Amino acid sequence: MQAFRLRLFVCGDGPRSESARSTLRRLVEDVFDEDAYELEIVDVLEHPDIAEEHRVLVTPTLDRLAPGPVRRIVGDLSDLDAVAQGLGVQHRDGADR
Amino acid sequence: MIPTQYHEANRHVGVPKLPTGIEGFDQVTYGGLPVGRVTLITGTPGSAKTTFSLHFLAAGIREFEQTGVYVTFEERPADLRANATGLGFDIPVFEDAGEWCFVDASYDADPDVVNTGDFDLGALISRIDHAIDQVDATRVVLDGVTALFSHLPDARRVRGELHRLMNRLREREVTAIVTAERSADEGELSHYGIEELLADNVVIVRNRHDDEKRRRTIELLKLRGAPHQKGEFPFSVMPGQGIVVIPLSAIQLVQSSTEVRISSGVAELDEMCGGGYYRDAVILVSGATGTGKTLTTTHFVSAVPDDERALLFAFEESRPQLIRNARGWGMDFERMEDDGRLRIVANYPEVAGLEEHLVLIKNEIDAYRPTRLAIDSLSALERSGSVRGFREFVLGLTSFVKQHQIAGLFTSTTRNLLGNPSVTDAHISTITDHIILLRYVETAGRMRRGLTVLKMRGSPHDKRIREYTVTESGLQLGPPFQNVAGVVGGTPRQQIVPPEVEHAGAPTGDGQPG
Repeated sequence: MQAFRLRLFVCGDGPRSESARSTLRRLVEDVFDEDAYELEIVDVLEHPDIAEEHRVLVTPTLDRLAPGPVRRIVGDLSDLDAVAQGLGVQHRDGADR
Repeated sequence: MIPTQYHEANRHVGVPKLPTGIEGFDQVTYGGLPVGRVTLITGTPGSAKTTFSLHFLAAGIREFEQTGVYVTFEERPADLRANATGLGFDIPVFEDAGEWCFVDASYDADPDVVNTGDFDLGALISRIDHAIDQVDATRVVLDGVTALFSHLPDARRVRGELHRLMNRLREREVTAIVTAERSADEGELSHYGIEELLADNVVIVRNRHDDEKRRRTIELLKLRGAPHQKGEFPFSVMPGQGIVVIPLSAIQLVQSSTEVRISSGVAELDEMCGGGYYRDAVILVSGATGTGKTLTTTHFVSAVPDDERALLFAFEESRPQLIRNARGWGMDFERMEDDGRLRIVANYPEVAGLEEHLVLIKNEIDAYRPTRLAIDSLSALERSGSVRGFREFVLGLTSFVKQHQIAGLFTSTTRNLLGNPSVTDAHISTITDHIILLRYVETAGRMRRGLTVLKMRGSPHDKRIREYTVTESGLQLGPPFQNVAGVVGGTPRQQIVPPEVEHAGAPTGDGQPG
């Protein structure tokens, strides 16, 4: 299976940011083997230039960079079905959704 | 309307202003936009919000060395750069110099963006902050924020985040404009109630359709704590110049009240006027076609002193025709042009709308600096606009002329040959200082011509109607008409005069019965 490359943009340490980070971590650990994904987290407060380069307006924003084509998901990732759909994966039912 | 002697004082009242550099706008706002605040510009699609935004930043850089950030929510930067070129602003040059920074907040039409929960606009705010730092911006534009609402699912959240952004802009002490869209020229100020975030400073732009003519107007709905002119002002988008607002006001009531007289070019007419026209007068010459309005204009223009200049706008005749006419009356326009004392601009009225004509005239005046301006005829321009538009044009023009202390002579064509005031007369007559009427007089089976000075504000004048003829020396004034009434009103009729009165000192055979 082709490796997934993901980039998550968050804004500082607020609740949406925390929620997205932890949700995403759990999701990838559930879905992927350790080697099968790359996850980069960008804080737009520290790297506005990278946010500019990728024309990010909203946080959190999650880009699936690979496999192509590039897909963009916005929001704090609390809707797991939507996240899975956006990433093009199946997620297993977790104990704490 | 604040009388002039007050408006100077009012400049210092309320919030300090940032001059925008947009011509006419700084006048109607008495100084520009509130410094360090955010002003909303709202209007229907195509009402020139983006043009205003581009001009605002470009003028900041060009006139005041104030750098700027342009956040665009609808159009891509490449399209904006192209737009700006048409307006005369070279954005890439500003960008290379580190004076202009785009933040591209536009959305590609991407149906696949999935929404998964709560969000904020932290990335946008951070990017804007960063851009302000990059160029050390004084001015910021957020153009098209309405688009944010169409792309994001939670309007309440978007509004809350915009509020946060406004606060951040105030913290950064930039002077900003935000543009938003509305669906109609009246009613709801903007979609999604963006004005609630910017309640204090609201400007409305409109692109009205008036009698099949388009009229662009700008209205200062509210400017927090600061006096400003009320109502809608026409403006024009001029290629190479950007936005030009036409401030129609009675600021011309600042009269230096000069007593200095200038010659009309006809010595006897000067006498009738009590010494000549006033140097900063607005003079209306009204008459039917063929009564000699162009002739009067020619005399006026020719009489400009050697060390001054006259500017003539002709909308009914070509330059060669005017020169030929003038020669036939003994005046040499070509030599005056060679000497630099005369400039003739001849155009069909249809070449532009009224606002454009006004700006073109103003540009010519600014460039050529005449002391005399003549427009022959103002009535020819009436067809270029709606009735309201024409009135505003006349107000704007005379206002401008008075501010520059120029003597302005305008001709007006009456609709029917025997007189009756024209539409132009109705618009202009209260603003004018001098009114000269030229009328046909039908007597004894002949058409003769009569001139009268109807109004000479501030001066005694000859109130009689004098006959005149046109010779190879131009206008020749003759004796007053006698025993003919109703000339001015357009229905001359002879009065029956008893023979004793008739022969008592009557000059020539004017108006005698039989």
